[in-house]
Amino acid sequence: MYQYNEQDQTLVEERAAQYRRQTEDFLKGELTEDQFRALRLRNGLYIQTHAPMLRIAVPYGLLNSKQLRKLAHIAREFDKGYCHFTTRQNVQFNWPELERVPDILDELASVQMHSIQTSGNCMRNTTSDPLAGVAIDELEDPRPYCEIIRQWTTLHPEFDYLPRKFKIAVSGAQLDRAATQLHDIGVHLVKNDQGETGFRILVGGGLGRTPVIGQVIRPFLDKQHLLSYLEAILRIYNLFGRRDNKYKARIKILVKETGLDKFSELVEAEWQQIKDGMELSDARIAAIKAHFTPPAYDTDAAQDQSLATQLSANPAFATWYKYNTAAHRVPGYRAAFISLKAPDSPPGDMTDTQLDAVADLADRYSFGQLRSTHRQNLILADIKQADLFSLWQALTNLKLATPNIGTVTDIICCPGLDFCSLANAGSIGVAKEINEALDDLDYVHDIGDVKINMSGCMNGCAHQSVGHIGILGVDKKGSEWYQITLGGSSENEAAIGERLGPAVARDEVTQAITTILDVYVKQRQEEESFLDMVKRVGITPFKERVYADH
Amino acid sequence: MQIIKDKAIIEDTFTTLADDAEPTRGDISVSLSRWKRDRELLLAHPGKVGVRLQASDATADLADDLKRIDLIELDFADFADGRLFSHAWLLRGRYHYQGEIRATGHYLLDQIFYLSRVGVNAFKPAKAEQLASILANLHDFSVKYQPSIV
Repeated sequence: MYQYNEQDQTLVEERAAQYRRQTEDFLKGELTEDQFRALRLRNGLYIQTHAPMLRIAVPYGLLNSKQLRKLAHIAREFDKGYCHFTTRQNVQFNWPELERVPDILDELASVQMHSIQTSGNCMRNTTSDPLAGVAIDELEDPRPYCEIIRQWTTLHPEFDYLPRKFKIAVSGAQLDRAATQLHDIGVHLVKNDQGETGFRILVGGGLGRTPVIGQVIRPFLDKQHLLSYLEAILRIYNLFGRRDNKYKARIKILVKETGLDKFSELVEAEWQQIKDGMELSDARIAAIKAHFTPPAYDTDAAQDQSLATQLSANPAFATWYKYNTAAHRVPGYRAAFISLKAPDSPPGDMTDTQLDAVADLADRYSFGQLRSTHRQNLILADIKQADLFSLWQALTNLKLATPNIGTVTDIICCPGLDFCSLANAGSIGVAKEINEALDDLDYVHDIGDVKINMSGCMNGCAHQSVGHIGILGVDKKGSEWYQITLGGSSENEAAIGERLGPAVARDEVTQAITTILDVYVKQRQEEESFLDMVKRVGITPFKERVYADH
Repeated sequence: MQIIKDKAIIEDTFTTLADDAEPTRGDISVSLSRWKRDRELLLAHPGKVGVRLQASDATADLADDLKRIDLIELDFADFADGRLFSHAWLLRGRYHYQGEIRATGHYLLDQIFYLSRVGVNAFKPAKAEQLASILANLHDFSVKYQPSIV
């Protein structure tokens, strides 16, 4: 993974010092609430229901064991002993004290981490495929380009006060595991007719109140022009994006109101004027690529016989292997998911003890590295198949081996009313209830690939609009209600879910979800996935059953 | 009043002229709309002339006149309106403006470093006691990741 040089280290230290000064100025009354708000958000600090919340950047989801131990330390020293992994691969602490945040930033800087631009109307952390570099369907490793984009976006002087937040995601694989079509800019590594690798650029995707699927603005961009093209898009957005209405300020609205053709012309005209002189040199790309060379894989890993023996001898292990590990491009290796979706734990949360233990496991089995995923789990990407059984045992002891990755209990969920000042609904409680109702693992596995995404408010932090089943908490005269959508997806066939009908009451939501799943199980055709069935029959059969008793 | 220009404290020689005010002697600064309205008159003005740009103005409107304008003020009504950062970049990077670009109005002292990187070389403080902070904040960072004007 990318290792800081002196310049990188200086930058995060100077940023932490700058933020310490800003915090002091605020506490002395030299900055107004409004002014300080803009500055603290750009350092990841929200003011939430019970306490501030601090979001820490995990660039394109890559972490090492040293950083994980530091997160454990921060959880213990500055928080209540746990942290939360988000859908954009970042980490959040829910109980830091405003006055101590500068100390946390110093701690982070000591392990090459920071909170720069994790909130605010600026360019946010770049996200990517959590299987980058090991996926079997990968055209090229996206991480070097993510790092190039990370550096370009960090402290960019011109684009720090945009109309609204701006998110970029990069994918280098056939299957989009980074929800790139739902970002302000999506970048896909593709090959052109001449066999050259470059980028397909999408623009204007986004979630929130108005979910929109991004559109292709450029089918093929030479690698050397990546940054100049991004700059052209950002300059047009900064100048012409709406600033009169917060809810119409994202680039998706600008693209929609301008029209893709006209918007593309504006970008093209801007790009033509800046592209010469901003080229990414081959040497620069090579220098960044050198940080992502494959680790020293064991060439004999595939000779192992023990895995087959363990799989046939131990059904629980076999189930975990089936659901929580993924194919690896190197024979004899697998990528192993760490499920942060245990039935009795809030989705995406980890305790300090778990963080420390997983750091040890990463050191022992996976070259000291791990990744966070868009669906709020972790991945140890380079596990020798001979080590899988020991790893599974260790994860089981840590309650991190629930074999539910990609299933209906692998719920994406926001912190909700429990922690967030924006929420209308207690999403964590509902997730727990759904989990309890689906306590039969065989049934869960029989249902197969159903992705439930649940947000506690319109901001849609848990991407409910693109969940196969989306659940959105809304407030009706002071009580919690839930809107349900079906048929959304954030993968290749990205789609916005269709609303099932009127919102259901808090005490009916779990029943509604189990009814939907029941309709699917009873009416599906052979091997038909939930999403395929929704496409085939529409929402009516589900709607009829869910509202039958109303 | 004193301002910062090119990292030094200097006396401001410009008088800000309202759209309906009679031109004064010496150096004056006018809004873009007044510049468009009284262009010929202002070109003949014996002192230096500056133009104030709001975030909603277009820098292209000034492109042909830049050689005759001594000062461009980027007037912040709201520190969060980042269009002025692009205006500065365009003035320097696209139109190669060589004169003074000055931040005025409600910008944050914490934006000084970024403003300087996009080509702003002068800062009008809201209060005289901010001069030292402006000078200090020009050095918030000693490193940078991407090209801009500076």
